[in-house]
Amino acid sequence: MYLYDEIDQRLVDERVAQYRDQTRRYLAGALTEDDFRPLRLQNGLYIQRHAPMLRVSIPYGLLSSRQLRALADIARTWDRGYGHFSTRQNIQFNWPKLEDVPEILARLATVQMHAIQTSGNCIRNTTTDHFAGIAPDEIVDPLVWCEIIRQWSAFHPEFAYLPRKFKIAVSGSERDRAAVQVHDIGLQARQNAAGDVGFRVLAGGGLGRTPIIGAAVREFLPWQHLLTYLDAILRVYNCHGRRDNKYKARIKILVKELTPEAFRRQVEEEWAHLKDGPATLFTEEIRRIERRFTRPNYLKLDALAPGYALELARDKAFANWVRRNVHAHKLTGYAAVTLSLKKTGVPPGDATAEQMDAVASLADRYSFGELRVSHEQNLILADVRLGDLHALWQEAKALGLATPNIGLITNIIACPGGDFCALANAKSIPVAEAIQRRFDDLDYQHDIGELDLNISGCMNSCGHHHIGHIGILGVDKQGAEFYQISIGGAQGNEASLGRVIGPSVSQAQVPDVIEKLIEIYLECRDSEEERFIDVVRRIGIEPFKEHVYGNPHQAQKNSQRQLAVA
Amino acid sequence: MATLIRHRKIVSDNWQLLKPADDGSAPPLPESGDIIVPLAAWLAQRDRLLQRPGRLGVWLAGGDEPALIAEDLKNLGVVAVYFTQFSDGRGYSLGRLLRVRYGWRGELRAVGDVLRDQLFYLAGCGFDAFALRDDQDLQAALSAFGDFSEAYQASAARPLPLFRRRHLNSPDGMEWS
Ligand code: SF4
Repeated sequence: MYLYDEIDQRLVDERVAQYRDQTRRYLAGALTEDDFRPLRLQNGLYIQRHAPMLRVSIPYGLLSSRQLRALADIARTWDRGYGHFSTRQNIQFNWPKLEDVPEILARLATVQMHAIQTSGNCIRNTTTDHFAGIAPDEIVDPLVWCEIIRQWSAFHPEFAYLPRKFKIAVSGSERDRAAVQVHDIGLQARQNAAGDVGFRVLAGGGLGRTPIIGAAVREFLPWQHLLTYLDAILRVYNCHGRRDNKYKARIKILVKELTPEAFRRQVEEEWAHLKDGPATLFTEEIRRIERRFTRPNYLKLDALAPGYALELARDKAFANWVRRNVHAHKLTGYAAVTLSLKKTGVPPGDATAEQMDAVASLADRYSFGELRVSHEQNLILADVRLGDLHALWQEAKALGLATPNIGLITNIIACPGGDFCALANAKSIPVAEAIQRRFDDLDYQHDIGELDLNISGCMNSCGHHHIGHIGILGVDKQGAEFYQISIGGAQGNEASLGRVIGPSVSQAQVPDVIEKLIEIYLECRDSEEERFIDVVRRIGIEPFKEHVYGNPHQAQKNSQRQLAVA
Repeated sequence: MATLIRHRKIVSDNWQLLKPADDGSAPPLPESGDIIVPLAAWLAQRDRLLQRPGRLGVWLAGGDEPALIAEDLKNLGVVAVYFTQFSDGRGYSLGRLLRVRYGWRGELRAVGDVLRDQLFYLAGCGFDAFALRDDQDLQAALSAFGDFSEAYQASAARPLPLFRRRHLNSPDGMEWS
């Protein structure tokens, strides 16, 4: 965990005091709705369908057990006993009262947490790989860089009123697990031929109604220049991004309208003025940030834990869970574990206060009191001993957190959708549930193999449907809720955007359509090794389309036959 | 007499801000007195404005290019940035550019939709004078400058970002906090 120093803490406390006063003035009628809106948004407070929604920042997804207990406490005291982990490594509370928010923020500040810049047209929480710091293939520890960016972006006086929201993602390894290609800025750690560390800088990626893969503005930026370069990009965007149309205001539109080449030139011109300026980083500062992170007190372990191999052989359910939910660790004898928040019947990403307390206790006993939130809306214990896995599995199972579905079709990523979100065209939670029920049989799920399924309730794409192998998007069809299905999207280094397979379908039809897609996949796959996404890439979307909607010739023949009969 | 906040004090204001006429044409110039004219008016009638009695200022709108006045800053008594909406963040970058890149050291004034709750960031970007929107309580607004006692980033008051100052201030050149 990064531990605040006196100044970090003071700034967060002062922010609470500032917002307390703003809320007081708003409630007293001294601050109009319009003047208050950006202030509350930059403190994480939205007005939604039923009540305000408070989005709390979990910087780069890292949480201590103490912080998770505080979140449970907030859920119980000011909400209805649960919270929702979002796809951006934040947690959202759906039922707080506007007048209670300053108190909630004060409670968060006692555990070094906040809701600063979790919403509004500003630089948002920087996200990263949920295996940051423990992945075997890292060039740098992205957590350190995310914290450097957090400090640079927090209360940045120049960039609090951007044309639109702004999201940065950092990957510490060449293999991208942070979706850097679909962020406003994506930073990918690299080493050049001389062995120096730096970043590949992408800009203008994003989902939403105009999904675009980010353009490389710089192939190698030495780490010392990271902040001045970010300043340059942000300034070009702040000055030239469109402000006349909210739907064209993201940086991706600027990059596209200027062309990536012209955008790059403007950034480099701007950077020429800032380069080597006061915001240039130096080694002691990186060390200082590194030292403020507590690190687990790892033991030297054997590769083979006694009992573990035996349990694996003896217990098929345990072995299944290990296969899906346990991940490699850079240290011998340790593993990372995903606690699934995707149990059938529970809205994806939701956790009750009791579950949060229980997970905090698991983290204390099995993983050095720390955990991570993944963009797939699950919780991760990153440092578990192999010898403890069986005991942990049993406890997790009792808590409903051991569904062995990571990477499988029922590990659905879904936004809150029409049940909560005022912007939604359609619900997403019941659709997720219907699909989970349809594929509830575990053997069937495992047979289908790796498959990302993402659902968004509207074009804002909070459920990242464009990069799901199967993506489902809620659309409005003459006032009724319909769903558009796309296939072929992917995240990571092989990122691609899904293609729509045909006319949208009703809620009741969605599970049938998904099942048809799976049927074709199973029929066409070369072997179990060939994943759904691989098959889509190999044979294209036509065969899938035909199987779902019928062959156009076939359809014509059918109708002719019907005519003949008539 | 109009008032404004300058250097964190409420003072009376002698400057008159001229706006283009509704059809976009240059505003008529008063015979005397201190005036702040829109950039377009300055570019069109530079010499005439310089000969006129009274001090002269120029105001920039969000999309204006500050380089256009860089050479003439020595002739100006005030540079102002006009915010049509407080949420138009371009003015913040204009402030920083004028201060840091073009070296403007005179009064940098925020005018238009300027509210108490943005004063801290505006000051951070180099603004030192604020003609607040009519409905704002100037006395109460003064407290906004104290909203935060530190900042991570460089600002007008602290030209070095916090991380640099931490290391400078540390006795052994290392951590200080
Ligand atoms: S995708 Fe749309 S419906 Fe879903 S949370 Fe985002 S804005 Fe709301």
